[in-house]
Amino acid sequence: MHVIIDYDVGNLGSVIQSFKKAGFELLVSRQVEDIKNADSLILPGVGAFKGAMNALKQTGLIPYIYDHVKQNKPLLGICLGMQLLYESSDEFGTHEGLGLLPGKITRFNTDLNVPHMGWNQLRFNQPNHPILKYIKPNDYVYFVHSYLAKTTQDTVIADTDYDGSVPAITGVKSVYGMQFHPEKSVPVGAKLLKAYKEMIA
Amino acid sequence: MMLAKRIIPCLDVRNGRTVKGQKFTEIKDVEDPAVLAKRYALEGADELVFYDITASNEKRAISLEFVEKVAKEIDIPFSVGGGVKTVEDFVKILHKGADKVSVNSAAVHNPSLIKEAAARFGSQCVVLSIDGKKVGDRYLVYTEGGRNQTNLDVIEWAKQGVALGAGEIVMNAMDADGMKQGYDIALLKQLKETLTVPIIASGGAGKVSHFIEAAPYADGLLAASVFHFGEIAIESLKQTLHEHNILVRLKVER
Repeated sequence: MHVIIDYDVGNLGSVIQSFKKAGFELLVSRQVEDIKNADSLILPGVGAFKGAMNALKQTGLIPYIYDHVKQNKPLLGICLGMQLLYESSDEFGTHEGLGLLPGKITRFNTDLNVPHMGWNQLRFNQPNHPILKYIKPNDYVYFVHSYLAKTTQDTVIADTDYDGSVPAITGVKSVYGMQFHPEKSVPVGAKLLKAYKEMIA
Repeated sequence: MMLAKRIIPCLDVRNGRTVKGQKFTEIKDVEDPAVLAKRYALEGADELVFYDITASNEKRAISLEFVEKVAKEIDIPFSVGGGVKTVEDFVKILHKGADKVSVNSAAVHNPSLIKEAAARFGSQCVVLSIDGKKVGDRYLVYTEGGRNQTNLDVIEWAKQGVALGAGEIVMNAMDADGMKQGYDIALLKQLKETLTVPIIASGGAGKVSHFIEAAPYADGLLAASVFHFGEIAIESLKQTLHEHNILVRLKVER
């Protein structure tokens, strides 16, 4: 069973729908037992870092998320959910994250429009990575974010270009992040979820 | 690489059905919004914009059921507007599965609505939709579905909206709307020079060349009847834009 962590971050409808379409047996839960028994965890998220991190803390699930990762079981963060996996964020003050991926979240430093909102193309840093199996370089996915991960290049599986490199798919061991919205990125998002499912099976 | 120009079909919904009028009147029934939305998503639309133009508040509550149906059918982003007056309206619409909510008249009457909504949901959720019409040598903002002229200057209002937290501007050029004579390029140019958020051009698309002309001055190109009545196919439109070196998301194998 794959568990979407439910911590009051808005409407999960489209995330649930897209994972189901990709064949995931899915549960949306904040129960400790469900998190403990999960084959994989999915951490969604929209909104601001601090509020989301606080909401996640309130669930009391963070120790169980760490346990899950210690057992090398897969965890995928999406959009703000990905950002929470990093060490810290500068969004409205400095806030600690889960520290499961190396680096920190900082605001775009660009003259271009912020948020980075719209369809942008993926570049492959690790072309042989199994998560990229069904997609091609320059395929488009849908981004909406004002902050990005400053991380080590070897953890970036794919990035996009928006006045510089923007980590798009990142991963270390069993912990993965997607900065864009796979659930809003038909059909490329669906292909990524399909590959992810096969990869963690 | 840069962001692709978004091609955005616009669906006016009244009492749960997609309709299309000209210059905001002469309204014709088109299709079930969820059916049309799915078709456009499959054809390569980058985003969809819905306006609920249901006249009464009671009927609007029922009409908004289409939002849930649309969210189930498509996996591209979409915004919903029309009659949005309060932060609670945002909650309702976002909860039904929309990605963004657009405000128009209510924001003119109560600009703090933009600020409150942006603080609660983030700027990316808040679209300021502006109905503008040329009066003398400047553009004025209209409210109540184009029926009421205000003294607000379009450019100034757009700037103020962005300062308050709007993450995107949909610019409806009322004189061009439904006329199929092209987007109002002069207005888009002025906006583009002024704003730092995405601008969606709306009103006037009749031919593929109109999209090509407006592309440099807008992040998204919105149109309704040319798509609804099959005059322009999204896929071939994007192919033509691509051939004109305009960055668009071309269709990939599913």
